[in-house]
Amino acid sequence: MSITSPEKYWWKPADLQEKVWITIAILWCLVLSVMMPLWHIIGTQNPSLEPMKIRTDDYRAVSDAFIEKYKVGEESGIPVVEPPANSDVYLRAQMWNWTPILKLKKGVNYKFHISSTDLMHGFSLMPIVMNFQIVPGHDNILNITPTEAGTFHILCNEFCGIGHHTMIGKIIVI
Amino acid sequence: MSNELEFRTCPITGKKVFKATQNLIWINAVTAVVFILIGGIMAFLIAMTRWPAVHLLPAEMFYRFLTAHGLNMLIFWIVFFEIAGLYFGASVLLNSRLAAPRVAWFAYILMLVGAILVNIMVFTGKATVMFSSYVPLKADPIYYLGIILFAVGALIGCGIFFGTLAVAKAEKTYEGSLPLVTFGLSAAAIIAVYTLACGAIIYIPTFLWSIGIIENLDGAMYRLIFWGLGHSSQQINVTAMVSIWYLLGALTVGATPVNEKVCRTAFVLYILFINLAAEHHLLTDPTLSPAHKIVNTSYMMYLAVLASMIHALAIPMAAEVAQRKKGFTKGMFEWLSKAPWGEPGFPAMIFSLIIFGFIGGITGVVYGTEQLSIKSHNTWALTGHFHGTVVGGTTLAFMGLTYYVIPLIFRRELIGKKWATAQPYIFAIGITLLAIGMGGAGTLGSPRRHWDVTFADAIIPFSFDPAVILFTTLAAIGALIAVTGGAIYVGVSVLSVFFGRKMAPNEAKIL
Repeated sequence: MSITSPEKYWWKPADLQEKVWITIAILWCLVLSVMMPLWHIIGTQNPSLEPMKIRTDDYRAVSDAFIEKYKVGEESGIPVVEPPANSDVYLRAQMWNWTPILKLKKGVNYKFHISSTDLMHGFSLMPIVMNFQIVPGHDNILNITPTEAGTFHILCNEFCGIGHHTMIGKIIVI
Repeated sequence: MSNELEFRTCPITGKKVFKATQNLIWINAVTAVVFILIGGIMAFLIAMTRWPAVHLLPAEMFYRFLTAHGLNMLIFWIVFFEIAGLYFGASVLLNSRLAAPRVAWFAYILMLVGAILVNIMVFTGKATVMFSSYVPLKADPIYYLGIILFAVGALIGCGIFFGTLAVAKAEKTYEGSLPLVTFGLSAAAIIAVYTLACGAIIYIPTFLWSIGIIENLDGAMYRLIFWGLGHSSQQINVTAMVSIWYLLGALTVGATPVNEKVCRTAFVLYILFINLAAEHHLLTDPTLSPAHKIVNTSYMMYLAVLASMIHALAIPMAAEVAQRKKGFTKGMFEWLSKAPWGEPGFPAMIFSLIIFGFIGGITGVVYGTEQLSIKSHNTWALTGHFHGTVVGGTTLAFMGLTYYVIPLIFRRELIGKKWATAQPYIFAIGITLLAIGMGGAGTLGSPRRHWDVTFADAIIPFSFDPAVILFTTLAAIGALIAVTGGAIYVGVSVLSVFFGRKMAPNEAKIL
């Protein structure tokens, strides 16, 4: 029994059934292992992240400059910004909003820089459910091309204090 | 402290049970049950808050109690129980005295003081930082100190386990190799050592940061090392749980592993690969390159998953062989249908195995893929995953074992055997519904750690697909059933331990 010492020579070949099962399991592990790098090549929705650090003060300064340059209006006290095609887009997570509200064009590529100036936040794009961890001091760089028009919302899904559940952002794709 | 060498012989297994070991198992296990009681009350309150139809607590209390739930369940309940399990595996199963019982008591006191400090800080609102306490969200320094004290105590407990293995070997209390259960617990203890080392590496600087000695802590660095503690500690739970499956198999149907080599190799895979796999928490982080993520999180994780796949065959296989030897050979499944479903250990083991594998395990492998992590990271589906592993798996296995520890080690007859038998069924149904509800809502984007999924106070109006609310309701109903199962567990074990009939020294009866 498993609560007593085994017989003296227990290093024995596995049974056929065990061998079959272990072979199936290993093959399946191999399939999974191949899929992930493969998806980087053939997948169309794969983030190949560019790791980069940025000081929170610097990030605040560049994102403020970005907002000032391309601001087209205001909604619920949050600036609405319409950046040109193929440009860098700064989306700032802070307690407790996503600044600014973005107006983007369908089929155009944008280079997103998402970071935080206070605590950790969780970027969760609804309703397509794409999630990224937002860490202060680090720039989460994502190349995003909107493929459909409509209004998208950004939830925060990392606990960031008492107002966490009110933190919602918006992206409008036209 | 009575004589360290005083022992009795178990009338059922013939094992020597030393008085000092018995007392230490008792205090650690009873303390574990106290913490599952606190965590269970929190579970009820937060589940009733997440459910929009009830929405019980105000936001501040919700986040506070959510922090308390995570810590009391994931750390205090499970680790106290595991320390009891380690002492059992080394001392009782090897017929050996426990190495340094006084030091083991010191370890217990450290853990208890740590756990109490943490709870005081959390309940007074000075540490509403969640289980993960990501910097730069800051808690009171005493909170970090409590965690450090607890971890040091647990580390000493592991030391006592290894010391007892050495004592047993030197005093030749057993012949040949370690029993499989002790071998598995050794794997758990080895994982525990490097897990707790990660804890020390991250919590000591965090403590210094909280009192102002260190100025800056990088959040990404914190996450990297924290998950060396946070996820690897779940791997201790997995390894301990698998050991307990083997133990319950032996206690309920007399199961003997079919091939010791296969089972033991699988435990070694856990030791080697699980720590690296902990990096799957960082799949959507901005810090690491895709190549790094793929190798560490996934390739290494699959080798650990392979180990679980092996155990998933070996344990039912051992039970089947044992049952067939007893003559239950009709058809494919007579061995299963004639299994002892009417005593708590067998259903607890089987349900724990099924929920762990099919709910917790499969979702874990899926969400641990780099691309699919993007779809699930920080959603409620993740919460569903680890309620499948740690609650439906580990906790249910520990609950099942408790009903055997009480008569075998504490020598008390169970009070409410029928309740004890029904308990694994109720708990398993509750956790299954809970995990499915969380998984469904999370897949549709419902965030974890969130007070109000109807977004009534949101700055920009937003509302979910109504299916999210449906799944949330399902989870809440599951939580109610699971909490009922948990309450039965606490009731039966506390009543039996304190008021159960004392069994005669030679009484050879388990249930």
